[in-house]
Amino acid sequence: MKAAVIVFPGSNCDHDMYYVLKHVMGIDTQFLWHKDTAIGEIDAVFLPGGFSFGDYLRTGSIARFSPIMDEVIKFADGGGLVFGVCNGFQVLCEAGLLPGVLRKNRNLDFICRQVTVRVENTATRFSSACTQGQILQMPVAHGEGNYYAEPDTIRKLEENRQVVFRYATVEGEITDRANINGSVNNIAGICNDRGNVLGMMPHPERAAEFQLGSADGKFIFDSIVNKIAEFV
Amino acid sequence: MPLYNAQVFIQLKDGILDPQGKAVEHALASLKFTGMSDVRIGKMIELQVESPNETQAAGNVEQACEKLLANPIIETYEFKLSQLNEAGA
Repeated sequence: MKAAVIVFPGSNCDHDMYYVLKHVMGIDTQFLWHKDTAIGEIDAVFLPGGFSFGDYLRTGSIARFSPIMDEVIKFADGGGLVFGVCNGFQVLCEAGLLPGVLRKNRNLDFICRQVTVRVENTATRFSSACTQGQILQMPVAHGEGNYYAEPDTIRKLEENRQVVFRYATVEGEITDRANINGSVNNIAGICNDRGNVLGMMPHPERAAEFQLGSADGKFIFDSIVNKIAEFV
Repeated sequence: MPLYNAQVFIQLKDGILDPQGKAVEHALASLKFTGMSDVRIGKMIELQVESPNETQAAGNVEQACEKLLANPIIETYEFKLSQLNEAGA
């Protein structure tokens, strides 16, 4: 398997993502600069967290028009696996690869702490190594993670089981208190209807080794690697 | 070619929670500004656009709003155009 991590000006989780892919998962991994115009022979593309273009205008709105994004969109349209975390999720929404938008957190705070999410659907290429209802602990670090989409879109997301992760209590209850940022229906991560593009606000790449306090994020990387092996 | 100044106003759609507006509303109330409510915070983007005429200038600004300046899922936009120089100047 070969992976690429896209680097935008202002990305700051690109090396964390690279480290997990290359050294924890043992995947052949390379960086791609946002001005690159070819993806090459790649099985999966990773959009990292950070503050691309300083979050100017709206988060992800300028990165979305970087030259490499035309290639990422083509790659996704061709069924390629695309995974965005935090700012990567915001870029995928702005690019129209995922529906909806990430608004400012409802309490206006930049939220930087451990959270727990519940796995809502294990029949995806990003969650097949998880168990239904499994609770994953991972950190979040964002000011704009408050997921919103129009009611019709939310209804379709729920009907198609595209909500893959939801903010939940440690016991697995979906409560308003567990909903750290005010997201509609506690949404922490969604995939597209085809199931090859996923975006999430929590950071699995910062929770993929026990030394970091949680290795729960590795379930997601294991899922991706297992599914790529099946497809190749 | 005529040069136009565009002032683009971007607002959150009605019904979209505006936590910044709420925070400012509470601050106004704590400063004893009475009778002020429904604070909504948007942004104003100013730009200049060269175009053969006002209709085309408006078309260009509208496209820029749709594609980049506003996110139509949660925002609305409107803009004002004013000509900065005379045609042919």
